[in-house]
Amino acid sequence: MSPKLTIAYEAGSASAASAPTGGIDRFDALYRSVEERHRKKRRVISALLRALVYLGAAVTAGVLAFLVGYILVNGVPYLTPSLFEWEYTSDNVSLMPALVNTLLMAALSLLMAVPVGVGSAIYLVEYAPRGSRFVQVVRTTTETLQGIPSIIYGLFGMLFFVTALHWNLSLLAGACTLAIMVLPVIMRTTEEALLAVPDAYREGGFGLGAGRLRTVFRCVLPTAVPGILGGVILALGRCVGEVAALIFTAGSIAQIPNVLEGAGALFDSTRTLAVHMYVLASEGLHVNETYATAVVLLVMVVLLNLLATFAAKKMNKGGKDD
Amino acid sequence: MSHVHVKEGIAKALFVAAAGISILAVALICVFLFANGVPAIAQIGLPEFLFGTTWRPANDVYGIFPMIIGSIYVTAGAMVVGVPAGLLCAIFLSRFASGKVAAVLKPGVELLAGIPSVVYGFFGLVVLVPFIRNNMPGNGMSLLAAAVLLGIMILPTIITVAQSSLDAVPKKYYEGALALGADHERSVFRVVVPAAVSGIMAAVVLGVGRAIGETMAVIMVAGNQTIIPESIFNGVRTMTANIVLEMGYAADLHRGALVATGVVLFVFILLITMLFNVIKKRGELKS
Repeated sequence: MSPKLTIAYEAGSASAASAPTGGIDRFDALYRSVEERHRKKRRVISALLRALVYLGAAVTAGVLAFLVGYILVNGVPYLTPSLFEWEYTSDNVSLMPALVNTLLMAALSLLMAVPVGVGSAIYLVEYAPRGSRFVQVVRTTTETLQGIPSIIYGLFGMLFFVTALHWNLSLLAGACTLAIMVLPVIMRTTEEALLAVPDAYREGGFGLGAGRLRTVFRCVLPTAVPGILGGVILALGRCVGEVAALIFTAGSIAQIPNVLEGAGALFDSTRTLAVHMYVLASEGLHVNETYATAVVLLVMVVLLNLLATFAAKKMNKGGKDD
Repeated sequence: MSHVHVKEGIAKALFVAAAGISILAVALICVFLFANGVPAIAQIGLPEFLFGTTWRPANDVYGIFPMIIGSIYVTAGAMVVGVPAGLLCAIFLSRFASGKVAAVLKPGVELLAGIPSVVYGFFGLVVLVPFIRNNMPGNGMSLLAAAVLLGIMILPTIITVAQSSLDAVPKKYYEGALALGADHERSVFRVVVPAAVSGIMAAVVLGVGRAIGETMAVIMVAGNQTIIPESIFNGVRTMTANIVLEMGYAADLHRGALVATGVVLFVFILLITMLFNVIKKRGELKS
């Protein structure tokens, strides 16, 4: 038994017997004062720690609120109609062509990255034998890809797509670079979504006589769709905000590719909204329009985040309902 | 029956091929970077390239030591700013926040992660740089501005990873500490946080990787002088900035030297990724 309890017991019994002996009483008082001081010190330390933790959270929230607020306050008044004119000139610095290019670029790169990413996740989760060497290598390369900064992707895209394949600065070269960049994001989220599907679904599929392929597409994938969608939205967000990977692969021509050329449009140089904003900011001639462009970018990001949250909620609900 | 077999076979082959693409991508990236960068390093000389303190493309002098130091300084500064705030915020979200507060702050952190780096850079350019220019020595475009901005940018990375490792600490650790008479703060800081330490380290390493690879935001606020800074109010140029600033007009050896800068950055990133994996593995072994 710990000394503290013994003393408390003796003190208790002593007072109960109402015949306190001076020695124990004094010892008890000393003990109490030491413990009281100790407890006070603890309380101060705890209060300090709590204050620090709240401060950390407040700093994060404060920075976010200030950043978003500052951009909105300075940018919203300049969201004029001329900023959304179809043709870019150095007078109106319209962001419309860049906006359309962003959508084209993102759609094109996701068109390449999603099938590959989902396909490889299906292989890793549904087909691959446990502990296979191939799977380990794929895992390692995916992790490596995820850590590579976008400027390295940009360099690679420039050396490979633009120079070696002679695609020049083009929509296609940019989209391919982005596709490689977002591939690990899609792979990982899809893998997680597939792993979250209960095995009962697979067993049900097999039990009804379906092959592996049909089981995957009819039983497993539909359940995992919200999770996969979350990954796709995350990837979309990265495409929208990317600059470093695009300046040397897609260039910075502020024009919508001429779709009338057909496939030739893929080889036109384009400027996405984020690149557009970078060019404006580094020229420094149109500060107000830069704020407004930042507002449009922010709005896109917020919308994508809301969509992702919605998808995640759907995923969780799907799991709970069944 | 055989028809189904053929279909299954084709599907499996397609899935394997898809999985192989990430391997192919890493291989291609390595091959093209090294094939274009290594000859330039060989021509310049490895020691001259890595440790040369002068970068003057006009005279064909290419030493990237100031840029390497610049990247390290900026990253270290970002850690000083971002790690304490990020970890405290993660602890708050994991163990202190009420449901309502967390429901607001968590999406906020996700939004912080989603904001494009140009927007951060622009914010730094119009808020941080003038603030430093008006209140401190120098013209504002400085190591300090880049460090603070990057510190903000790595917050979401650190918060998300650290929080998930804090959330993964078994409930019984915390309850055990309470049962031994520790209060809430003591239980969290003396028991829960040490139990999550490998995840927290992973968060920091991931933050380092993000900070050292960040490009556009740094370019806009760091000043980009190719000299080793003497104080935090001096301008710096990082490796990433070096590539973007000069690639547009570089040719021949100059271009090779820029790709080689990318190679050095790539090696840094590979080392960081390896470190991250080692920490993660160790964490998994322990639990």
